[in-house]
Amino acid sequence: MSKTERSNSSVYITGTNRAILSVFLVSFSSGLALQEGTATANCDHHRPWHTMGASVLTFVKRSLTMKTLQKADQVRTLSDFSKNQHSMPRDSESTNSSEGSKEPFNRKLKSSSQGTKCSAATRRVLSSHSTGSHSSAGMSMRVRRTPALQQPQTSSRDSVHTPNIDGIILPELKEISTEGLACIERNKEELASDLRGLSVSEGMRKLRAMPLSLVDKMEIRRRCFSPSAVNSLNRNFPCFNLPLVYISRMWRHFTFNALPFLSTLKLWHSSMKKLSGRYGTGVLSYFLFLRTLLFINLLLFIITCLFLVIPQAIHPPPTDPRLNSVTAIELLTGTGYLSQSLMFYSYYSNVTIETNQMSSHIAVTHMVPYCIPTAYFLTITISFFIMCIILVYSMSKSFGKSFQVLKSNRNLSENVFCSWDFKVSKKPSIRLQHEKISTQLKEQLSELTSREEEMSLMQRLRNLIVHVLAWVTCLASILLSAVGVYFISKHTVSSEFKNLDLLFKSAVVSGFNLLLPGIFNLCSWFEKHSSPSTRVYVSIFRNLLLKISLIGVLCYHWLEKIAVKQDRQVLECWENFVGQELYRLLLMDFIFTVLYTFLGEFIWRLFSKKVLKKNRKPVFDIARNVLELIYGQTLTWLGVRFSPLLPAVQIAKLFVLFYMKKCSLKLNCQASKKPWRATQMTTLFITLLWFPSFLGAAVSVMYTVWMITPSSGCGPFRNLTSMFESGKLWAERMKDSHKILSWLIQAYNTVIDNPLFLFLPTCVFLLVVYFHAQIVDGQRKIIRRLEKQIENEVKDKRFLITQLQHWNEENEPGSTQR
Amino acid sequence: MGNKQTIFTAQQLDAYQDCTYFTRKEILRLFYRYRDLAPQLVPLDYTNQPDVKLPYELIGSMPELKDNPFRQRIAEVFSEDGEGNMTLDDFLDMFSVLSEMAPRDLKAYYAFKIYDFNNDDFICKSDLEKTLNKLTRNELTEDEVKMVCEKVMDEADLDNDGRLSLEDFQHMINRAPDFLSTFHIRI
Repeated sequence: MSKTERSNSSVYITGTNRAILSVFLVSFSSGLALQEGTATANCDHHRPWHTMGASVLTFVKRSLTMKTLQKADQVRTLSDFSKNQHSMPRDSESTNSSEGSKEPFNRKLKSSSQGTKCSAATRRVLSSHSTGSHSSAGMSMRVRRTPALQQPQTSSRDSVHTPNIDGIILPELKEISTEGLACIERNKEELASDLRGLSVSEGMRKLRAMPLSLVDKMEIRRRCFSPSAVNSLNRNFPCFNLPLVYISRMWRHFTFNALPFLSTLKLWHSSMKKLSGRYGTGVLSYFLFLRTLLFINLLLFIITCLFLVIPQAIHPPPTDPRLNSVTAIELLTGTGYLSQSLMFYSYYSNVTIETNQMSSHIAVTHMVPYCIPTAYFLTITISFFIMCIILVYSMSKSFGKSFQVLKSNRNLSENVFCSWDFKVSKKPSIRLQHEKISTQLKEQLSELTSREEEMSLMQRLRNLIVHVLAWVTCLASILLSAVGVYFISKHTVSSEFKNLDLLFKSAVVSGFNLLLPGIFNLCSWFEKHSSPSTRVYVSIFRNLLLKISLIGVLCYHWLEKIAVKQDRQVLECWENFVGQELYRLLLMDFIFTVLYTFLGEFIWRLFSKKVLKKNRKPVFDIARNVLELIYGQTLTWLGVRFSPLLPAVQIAKLFVLFYMKKCSLKLNCQASKKPWRATQMTTLFITLLWFPSFLGAAVSVMYTVWMITPSSGCGPFRNLTSMFESGKLWAERMKDSHKILSWLIQAYNTVIDNPLFLFLPTCVFLLVVYFHAQIVDGQRKIIRRLEKQIENEVKDKRFLITQLQHWNEENEPGSTQR
Repeated sequence: MGNKQTIFTAQQLDAYQDCTYFTRKEILRLFYRYRDLAPQLVPLDYTNQPDVKLPYELIGSMPELKDNPFRQRIAEVFSEDGEGNMTLDDFLDMFSVLSEMAPRDLKAYYAFKIYDFNNDDFICKSDLEKTLNKLTRNELTEDEVKMVCEKVMDEADLDNDGRLSLEDFQHMINRAPDFLSTFHIRI
């Protein structure tokens, strides 16, 4: 006996150690995943994260080298020019022959080039060096443009061209009309010679990727590849290469074609597109969150169904025949028939099911023992583990999307240039696209234009007092509601066999959940926040506080009740009791949401139309609705250990909620004019789902698994000291029967018994996370410095050009005087 | 596998296949699409490279381009004369660049040219304003348009010369994950 006690206590100690270390591991792994996610921000999905910074650096360096090259050349030409000016006045005269025609160009230059005027001489100096630069884009742009020079009759288009200074310079038309053709030839020959050096397939790939017209490409192709090589080009692939080429091409076509098909397979895809087009990305993020929760619950349900519900359903234990009839109120309260069904914990038996019945319709040839207690324990723990991984992964992904390493708010230019979907061809979809883009731009714009106003001291004081009052009101209301719920739970303890009383408590909780956010909204209406996003964050925080306190009070009450009642044996099956409470809370929450959606928003719309005489429909409060979803999900996670079919209830609830909200949105609400940064908010919601919601539920469930004695009268864990013990017993049994599993279990035991084994990976993780953080910081600094350098280079270049111009002007009057 | 078609010579088809992102079948399919726009203008025999140009109105009436706000700019950029009248080569070129196989840099180059309304190799403020008006169908007010233009210049103009050069544009495109999928026309 003492040995078991001692072993129990050692389990307890190492158990808590294990708990702490596993929490650390998980949080550090999520931190590591977050680092990875942030570092993949805004880069091509195919590039590894540590080359993101490198790619930016290469771009910046490339533009820098171009500019420094040009600057160096300019410095050289300046010195040459000043030297040659005096010795060669005649040369400049020949180039000045068409001086008259240059006047209009000079005037155009003055207007277009921000005040710096350049004579033709300067332009020629600068252009002669830009033709020497080897940027492929520049060369290709010239080659593409020069065919236009061959048709001087289309001068209407060309006269619009204003030769520019800072970029690639196009020599003016009349000057180089004779040089034009030679220029084209030279450029094409250069490109062809570039390609000739490469292998045939590589050269073709490069040719295809060149931004030239098809005619030019075919010309270059003709030049650089001899006719015989051209004929044998794509026809003589080595035998092993040809199927690979076909396969890769087919695969690319397949993935690209499958993408729209897969997206139409997604649930509610078309309705969400319509919603986003009409109401904006904020409302869309709510519905996306709803769909994510639906899938999470679906996964949870499948796991519990497959491994727990179905085996038990096939072999039903004996039930109490008194409770075979179902009444409507019992469906709501979860007592009566339901308490003896698959729904709740007490139904599950603590035996090992042996499928050796010959009478069943499934003929089994061998015995497959299925131990229900072990299955219960393992299902719960493994499903929580899987949820954890999924949530951490989606959190890190959304962190990556919303976090920006470089300047924040790059989204506006992306929205302008990359958001128009060229594939869309139907008129209503195009109209939707226009609406969507306008709404997005307006949202981002109003967010950017929130300016800080200078406030006098009195106003600031007044604001502060208003803030303090609002916070005090909110906190007081939360406290009152929590205390109220606590006292009501204590009160209903005595008369717990009346159905309506059971429902009363859940109704009160849901009522508080509904009313108090209204009070919070009223308070925030009076307050003046610095920016709309602050307002949203404050409202989210208050709602979150309310939900946490309500759930906390309930959990505390249950724990208290379990601890007290254990001795008195009044509550024979406390798991059933807790499961039923959670079931009732979930249902009441759903009913109240339905009532609020249909009655509340409808009545508010009538009220504002008739009484307030405003034609403004209410706005869909995203934060509040999302927190409702998170609250429901927390209840489900808390309840899955006591009532394995609770995820099914949640799935049904979410399904109905989607259509209901969509309906009410169309009838009662209008698009919000306030900004809503969808990616940031989605990240916040998933973080909220992870941190208070899932972690809290997981910690509570793990606590009940480890610490609390299961009730001895019902359920699969009667006569055991804790749920965890069933796992250990199973491990003991397995050690004897299976060789491989016993090795695994031995390894597990040695790892867990040795805390050093957990400390070491934790330390390694810490170091890796620290290094990654430092690298990202360093790259950010370098990028900022290089950007500054680009700016300085441009300033230098401008200065040098003005100097060149200045010298030009100085010397020109001198030359004409001669 | 003999050449059953008589529209192009084998060399022409090979040249088209090498210079665009289309296979033989797709090139022939595109030729038929081109011809369907004006059957009386386009001959069935391209072996001696006839000089046939379809006017912009026909190109702009294609179902893929009909309601696209940028269809005029697309046609102008890819046409040889800059007015939107396209030969078969221009037509193939256009859909090759807008197909799914074209690389990001090539698409970015042409997108830059499409958004550059005044063809000066820079996207200046007036180009941006025109782009915005086309995107939102004039739903934004003038102030909003001005603010968006300023903000875009702030974000994307790295060398601070007041307009977007090709490098600025390409740098911005590299950071947009969905550019490849939106700048794509399926034909």
